[in-house]
Amino acid sequence: MDLFALTACELRKLLDSKEISSRQLVESVLKRIESVDDKINAYVYVDKEEALKQAEAIDARRANGEPLGLLAGIPVALKDNLLYYRRPVTCASNILKGYYSSYTGTAVEKLMKADAVIIGSLNMDEFAMGSSCETSCYGPSRNPWNQDCITGGSSGGSAAAVAADETILALGSDTGGSIRQPSALCGVVGMKPTYGRVSRYGLVAFASSLDQIGPITKSVSDNALLLQVISGYDHRDSTSIKQDVPDYMSELKKTIKGLKIGIPKEYALDGMDADVEKATKQAIEIFKELGAEPVEISLPHTEYAIATYYIIATAEASANLARFDGVRYGNRAKDADNLIDLYCKTKSNGFGAEVKRRILLGTYVLSSGYYDAYYKKAQKVRTLIRQDFSKAFEKVDCIVTPTSPTPAFKIGEKINDPLTMYLSDIFTISLNLAGLPGIAVPCGLSSDSLPIGLQIIGRPFDESTILRAAYSFEQQTAFHSQKPTLV
Amino acid sequence: MAFTKQDVDYIAKLARISLSDAEKDNFTRQLDSILEYVNKLNELDTDSVEPTAHILPVQNVFREDEAKPCKTAEFAVEQSPELRDGLYNVPPVIE
Repeated sequence: MDLFALTACELRKLLDSKEISSRQLVESVLKRIESVDDKINAYVYVDKEEALKQAEAIDARRANGEPLGLLAGIPVALKDNLLYYRRPVTCASNILKGYYSSYTGTAVEKLMKADAVIIGSLNMDEFAMGSSCETSCYGPSRNPWNQDCITGGSSGGSAAAVAADETILALGSDTGGSIRQPSALCGVVGMKPTYGRVSRYGLVAFASSLDQIGPITKSVSDNALLLQVISGYDHRDSTSIKQDVPDYMSELKKTIKGLKIGIPKEYALDGMDADVEKATKQAIEIFKELGAEPVEISLPHTEYAIATYYIIATAEASANLARFDGVRYGNRAKDADNLIDLYCKTKSNGFGAEVKRRILLGTYVLSSGYYDAYYKKAQKVRTLIRQDFSKAFEKVDCIVTPTSPTPAFKIGEKINDPLTMYLSDIFTISLNLAGLPGIAVPCGLSSDSLPIGLQIIGRPFDESTILRAAYSFEQQTAFHSQKPTLV
Repeated sequence: MAFTKQDVDYIAKLARISLSDAEKDNFTRQLDSILEYVNKLNELDTDSVEPTAHILPVQNVFREDEAKPCKTAEFAVEQSPELRDGLYNVPPVIE
């Protein structure tokens, strides 16, 4: 039996009954990384010895009959923008190469408290800016289903590692679709929780009013399990919310009979991929069979979401990334004449094209004379987008859409055309603007055998309902059990 | 073209990034088309709409201003690319 191929929920049973040890499991995953990561490029850092040491410590505690956490002995890998004290963290940027985390973030601390084994960090678009993982300074991760194709992004390494069985669980971060879109394109389950559900302390900030950490997993149950571990109020993040965290694992199994599922009429786009359209329609039929009730809804400001997002996200990014100036972090340009010259040269050498482009755009929309025309205007449209969802949720319990308008495209296909690349986030971006939770779950394969993902959107802090809908859907279908052939 | 190379020069200076000529050409063209796209927001009348800064009903989260020990501070400072006597070293700020 290949342990690396199993889900966390399956492995917990084997570990609990002592049929396997955590050391065996970690060895199996490390071996898998060795044999396939040359093709996938999911990892930027693997800490083999540390992982084995953690596994042995947990095995010893299990042998002693000590109480253990929810993820005891199970390998988890981190997106390369999550801080873990004294481990390298680079956000896949040259500017941070050689930097070591100066503290441990809350989500990672919670993994450690749950006795997970942290095995390494995963590739991403530079500073999470991108939809294809191609802006990484380590080169793109490759889609396990077809290595000429992108993984999606920005959490491309996280989604690819889970899809290729190079980890059991992974954490990503989602600012405009960065968990859900790569999860859909790699055929795995990815959740962006409600803004405020998971502490952002120790997540390198991209756009602070939109960023959220979330789980990427092989199954919906695993997703619920990992969300359970990382959720909750944290005084170190003033935007985390004092709300009870439900027992997601028991919420999962409840029926969806009578659940009202909103189908937004604006999401039937011209030029949407035919396979994606077909898979989404089939998914709605499956929900009907399960006793749910589709209801047509309207989200009239959908067409303004991308424009709104690229103003707000870049404005926040331009402020957040100002700190990478060669003084306190990472790399510094040589031969600077004075302090200003040091800043200019450090940023010029350290940042890639997409990051520079977004810093420039963000600086522009915040600059004197343009603030009201762009930034304030976008904040107002953000209100309209939120109101669309509030109105819709008066009629329905959740909303179903495609996650991405197309399956994975070819590496290199869109990288020189930023605006077209931005449009691939059309279905995911509104949720970040409205702060809502959303989950991507496999719903079919395209005619080229590339995964297609359904997105289920919930009310604020109602992750339970979308997990339940996703779980019922998963139990009724076989899409999640399809795996790419590697090696 | 609404967005010019002079605009790129100006915002690059504000953002403290030096750009090559090729980068300036590219960014002028790309930012012009992105800005043209985002101008579609002007189709909407938002005069009576309140702006959303972030989605939570939370404002001004305060805590007591108490000094506490920080065990990781030294390691954090050591991450600087250039230290002198345990302090950040930078080129001259004023001649």
